[in-house]
Amino acid sequence: MPPSPARIVVEDLRKSYRVATRPPVGPAGLAAWLPSRRPWRTIAALRGVTFTIEPGTITGLIGPNGAGKSTVIKILSGILRPESGRVTVGGLVPWAQRLRHVGRIGVVFGQRSQLWWDLPVDDGFALLRDIYRVPPTLYRARRARLVETLRLADFLDQPVRQLSLGQRMRAELAAALLHAPPLLILDEPTIGLDAPSKLAIRAFIRDLNRQDGTTILLTTHDMHDIEALAERVIVIGDGRVLADSPFETLRATTLSGRRLIASFDGPPPTLTLPEGVSRLPATGQTLALDFDPARIAAPDLIQLLTQAGGTAGTAPLADVTITRPSIEDVISRFYEHHASSP
Amino acid sequence: MNGFALWRRYARASLSGQTRYPGAFLMQMAGHLATTLMGFAAIWVLFHRFGTVRGWTVGQVALFYGLVNIEFALTETIGYGFERFGDDFLRTGAFDRLLLRPRWTVLQLLGHQFRLRPLARLAQGAAILALGLAMTPVRPLLFTLPMMLWAIAGGVAFFLGVLIGQAALSFRTIESLEIVNVLTYGGVEAGQYPFDLYARWFRQLMTYAIPLGAVSYEPMLAILGRSPHPMAATLAPAAGFAFLAIMLLYWQAAVRRHASTGN
Repeated sequence: MPPSPARIVVEDLRKSYRVATRPPVGPAGLAAWLPSRRPWRTIAALRGVTFTIEPGTITGLIGPNGAGKSTVIKILSGILRPESGRVTVGGLVPWAQRLRHVGRIGVVFGQRSQLWWDLPVDDGFALLRDIYRVPPTLYRARRARLVETLRLADFLDQPVRQLSLGQRMRAELAAALLHAPPLLILDEPTIGLDAPSKLAIRAFIRDLNRQDGTTILLTTHDMHDIEALAERVIVIGDGRVLADSPFETLRATTLSGRRLIASFDGPPPTLTLPEGVSRLPATGQTLALDFDPARIAAPDLIQLLTQAGGTAGTAPLADVTITRPSIEDVISRFYEHHASSP
Repeated sequence: MNGFALWRRYARASLSGQTRYPGAFLMQMAGHLATTLMGFAAIWVLFHRFGTVRGWTVGQVALFYGLVNIEFALTETIGYGFERFGDDFLRTGAFDRLLLRPRWTVLQLLGHQFRLRPLARLAQGAAILALGLAMTPVRPLLFTLPMMLWAIAGGVAFFLGVLIGQAALSFRTIESLEIVNVLTYGGVEAGQYPFDLYARWFRQLMTYAIPLGAVSYEPMLAILGRSPHPMAATLAPAAGFAFLAIMLLYWQAAVRRHASTGN
């Protein structure tokens, strides 16, 4: 049986960059331009990344900036070749069989446009049809469907540069899907978008996955993207896979925690913390606590703070905010876990 | 859709963008035409004063002048993507976008912009070439016309090779290298005059190392019936294609290297 079109196999992927250090200013700087004198530094971007993605799934790739997410995306897109390791996407090696490979994937970069700035959206689509050699009948059907589901009709004849960010991202999604790729790679697809646009994009991606069976790999900094979409989350940090688990596992463990910020009218009281609550470093008149709602309910914790406030020369409780951990918090917890169990 | 048909699609898309503001476009063309015409006016004045220079008449010089300007103008209409590669594609990261599409990077860059502005230089070069043909006895048209087209094809290949080489070099420097303009604009300047006006070392450099002479001076000598080696002069424009082929190989190697080093 031939390999399924979108199965992604990544094995022990390694990549490092050689970065030129900044030459000193002045005549010494000129000498540094000589190839032999140029001081280089090597930065390891990926130190052995391994994962497999099955067709028809949605996977979220998360990690802090500089963790290696973009490098993984670039290698999977055929733009970059790794130092060592094995990668196949639907049986093709992205960088070695680039022309065939990129004809079978769609890629959307949230921060970089794939469309022609000065061309009306529809003209750009027609050009992409010819670039990807989409047969006319297929193209017409595909375009009609994308125009409808992404609501592009109102601005199809406008040059891309005139579109709002939300409109542009919808057009970008359509542009990446005109050739009906079995794999869609999204690099921060909701960055900078307003809430309704984010919701629209998420709904579209989910439907695409369910109806067409398109495999989706996305990176994001928005935990809501992950919650709404990803069945599985791969956490990348420091060039390694820190965690690779179904989203439900993540929800039950790391994401279940809540953070409470209590502010007081003066110096906060000192507390003996109950089970399931940990204190974070906070300054001045605030108290920051992480707690597990399964072990102590939020109202109970607030009641505790209300009673403690105002006693023994401390100030009464003034305000309370409860938040869920951000993606950065989740990741830093993975880091701590990773550091404590090498 | 094959490569050439796709390139025509790119060109059409680019033209529709450029002609959106026809007034500005016509002004630009007029300005361009005026500046390039000044160049030939200076030559005209020179010859008017001295009659001939080392045995070359003004009509003969017009032939050299016209040919190399036509060659460079045609190259500029299609080669702009390479000319701007460092600044517009590498620095901005737009080159990644080209790699994401299932087509040869060279084809995509050729299609990046089909420019109309160099048409001013083309019109001027054609006019001066026609003037030269009217003033100068040349070999029969049955030889001259095909030879001229062959020389132009070789010349476009040569100048395109220079632009592709410039783009490939910018992988190392990130910016478009201005120094390569010595070969493009400088090459046009040099090619406007008969090569035997130059020092021997320069002539040889510009014929054998960088085959500018092979696509301008030599074929025109054949057309004028003045070449000491007519057969070699007739074949000379092929060197432009050889130069282009070498630069394309260099380009491919540079793109491969870029994929390994990242950006």
